[in-house]
Amino acid sequence: MNGLTGTGSLIRLILRRDRLTLPAWTGLLAFVVIATAAGFAQLYPDPQGRQALAATVVGNPALLSLVGPLYDTSIGGLTAWRIGGIMALLVGLVSLIIVIRHTRTEEEAGRRELLGSTVVGRHAQLSAALAMTCGANLALAALVAAGLMGLGLPSSGSVALGLSLAASGWMFTAVAGVTAQLAGSAGAARGIAVIVLGLSFLLRVAGDGAGEGGRLAWLSWLSPIGWAQRVRPFAGESWWPFVLFIGSALALTATAYALSSRRDIGSGMLPQRLGPATGSPGLRSPLALAWRLQRGGLIAWIAGFAVMGLVIGGVAQSLSEILRSAPQLEGLFARIGGQAILIDAFFSTTMGLFALVASAYSVQAALRLRTEEEGQRAEPVLATSVGRLSWATSHLVFAVIGPAVLLAVVGLTAGLTYGLSIGDVGRDLPRVLAAGMVQLPAVWVLTGIAVALYGLLPRLASLIWAALVVFLLLGQVGQMLQLSQWLLNMSPFTHVPAVLVGNVSLAPLVWLLGAAVLLTAAGLAGFRRRDVGRG
Amino acid sequence: MSATATAISVSNLFKSFGRTRALDGLDLAVRTGEVHGFLGPNGSGKTTTLRILLGLMRANAGEAHLLGGDPWRDTVALHRRLAYVPGDITLWPELSGGEVIDLLGRMRGGLDKRRRTVLLERFDLDPTKKCRTYSKGNRQKVALVAALASDVELLMLDEPTAGLDPLMEAVFREFILKDRENGRTVLLSSHILGEVEAVCDRVTIIRHGRAVETGTLTELRHLSLTSISAGLANPPSGLAELPGVFDLQVDGTRVRCAVDNAELDSVLRYLVSVGVRSLTSQPPSLEELFLRHYETEQPSRVSAARADDETPR
Repeated sequence: MNGLTGTGSLIRLILRRDRLTLPAWTGLLAFVVIATAAGFAQLYPDPQGRQALAATVVGNPALLSLVGPLYDTSIGGLTAWRIGGIMALLVGLVSLIIVIRHTRTEEEAGRRELLGSTVVGRHAQLSAALAMTCGANLALAALVAAGLMGLGLPSSGSVALGLSLAASGWMFTAVAGVTAQLAGSAGAARGIAVIVLGLSFLLRVAGDGAGEGGRLAWLSWLSPIGWAQRVRPFAGESWWPFVLFIGSALALTATAYALSSRRDIGSGMLPQRLGPATGSPGLRSPLALAWRLQRGGLIAWIAGFAVMGLVIGGVAQSLSEILRSAPQLEGLFARIGGQAILIDAFFSTTMGLFALVASAYSVQAALRLRTEEEGQRAEPVLATSVGRLSWATSHLVFAVIGPAVLLAVVGLTAGLTYGLSIGDVGRDLPRVLAAGMVQLPAVWVLTGIAVALYGLLPRLASLIWAALVVFLLLGQVGQMLQLSQWLLNMSPFTHVPAVLVGNVSLAPLVWLLGAAVLLTAAGLAGFRRRDVGRG
Repeated sequence: MSATATAISVSNLFKSFGRTRALDGLDLAVRTGEVHGFLGPNGSGKTTTLRILLGLMRANAGEAHLLGGDPWRDTVALHRRLAYVPGDITLWPELSGGEVIDLLGRMRGGLDKRRRTVLLERFDLDPTKKCRTYSKGNRQKVALVAALASDVELLMLDEPTAGLDPLMEAVFREFILKDRENGRTVLLSSHILGEVEAVCDRVTIIRHGRAVETGTLTELRHLSLTSISAGLANPPSGLAELPGVFDLQVDGTRVRCAVDNAELDSVLRYLVSVGVRSLTSQPPSLEELFLRHYETEQPSRVSAARADDETPR
């Protein structure tokens, strides 16, 4: 029996388990790309219109930094520019989640042991997860290419855009394959892979923020998301970044196999330490338990947000340098209110993105309730003199206060870095901080939706992730595609006032808060009434 | 919620999960101070009953009282007075066993430190190991130590010895017997008959969500058969025709059969008339009681197995 025996049956098992979610995610991601292209085709049918749009983009280094370089003004070129980077990020995220789900999570649940006792090779589980995810990415590439060609876009560009997304997926499939061997638990494995993904995004933002030929432009070449964009779909495709993709993905996969053959099932590469023989005096309440379970994650997220803040503050500073050293742009910006406006818009946009990331933290902290209940760890606690509400609140504290801390950290670090670099901390620190904190009510609406789903429709609780992705995409492409306002209004983030450009209206914040409170209350009320231990 | 003669009383309890009926008019009464065995095959509704008694689930119909209170309304107050060991034990992988014991004990409202030490020693459990490294049996021990060391009047144990080795099972029985002497009430759900036979005062047998037998072991045995094996002077004839004789096996002059206790008199008289050389008789074991109840419903086995799959984990 070799290490791969049984991979085929495990692939069928994965297909059976994910027969709804896998096609749904692939379809959703492909749909977004095709719909964006269709939107551009409809809104900017003639080249003049597209060139005018491109001129405003090229003159805006902040936008180029956040979205990436614009190579071509065709419909395909605009689509690839606007959606290529963010989709590469999302495809990578979904891929790594799928890989961890079918490797470490299976191990943690003890199911891999059962399978491992059958005629299944040592590497079969890893191989099945990797093969499955790579296959799904290939299907995504095919869907995207077919859809774009169906819209009448050039075939080589369509294929290049589809494959660049798939390649990003392959890359993070391989990354997750490695972290699944390194970490001690599924949560940690996912966390490390997400950090790699986040770093890739930040490196690209920093590199592209330096401007073409800038001092730090090479940073983009360290990022798989940067590689995906440098395939230049619809702009004289260059195919050799695929060498980078495939080479590194293969190297990472080889590492994963090497680690996997050296590792015992259920453990990571780091040894397990012993714990205390007795509980510390403070370990006596559900809140103390929740703190023990969530503190590691929270600290890692805080560190991540601090790094993001530093990078974004640095990028803002280099943007303002570019703007100052480009006298031909000065006239342009003088008309719209000076370069400060651009930097402010940059901070507004990035804080909006960070708010979505903070929502992801909040949602997973809230859904810890579901994980605990499904893992049958809620039952022993609820069988003690701990009421349902106090158990639920113990985890929700993190879902509510956590994102506030995260946004404060990113606002402070970004504001401080930028303020120090331009020598005006007193003005910039509070403004950037406010731009972060003002997002909080919208974040809490997502927390509220998660709690409501958990309390009322626990089996559908993971739908909140789809909602999060939809809100992210609405924010990214909604305005450019001139989607109808009611659709945009679905996202709580649409309602966040842009404080940096002088909009300090309180009403929407109050509405958002009200919605968050209502949703949370409904969820808790539902949870008090329903059966525990049967979702 | 004062001390009453009945610690747990359940009458006509119904609970459905979608189309699966988990409890179908269950009755159960546990007297204060007794160790009550709650026996039934997998998927018969034992865990669902315990979850309703813990206020984790709500019955569709029927009444359930626990320590004089309503398990759904008075949940927290009642939980101060009981300890529960779930059937499937998954603990927090990042906590050590000792931490889990202390945490659960404190959240119940008190832990006897001395008892904790004794229990850890007798169960041979290393409390410094992280829960992720414990085997199934060791996780079971963590939950058992936490429950047995708690300062409570009622123990609710859901198949507590699944995963324990025979040595540890013996330790468990010893502690339960000690608790019985001290007047602690125990509801012990199990399908291990020897265990129930060894420690329980009374037994309720549940099947398809309904109690099919309840009473002391003696009462239950009385309703049942005595197995007899005898060596006779001559080959018997006509034994099979006697009322109350089952599973007759005749091998020359050797006879084995099961006899309805009500007909014991006439059967023995018959045997004596043939001439008895040797005779052994045994009271029915709980196992036989149990098997009789399962076997009588052989045809519905398939549907019972299907229902197992759908009961909550």
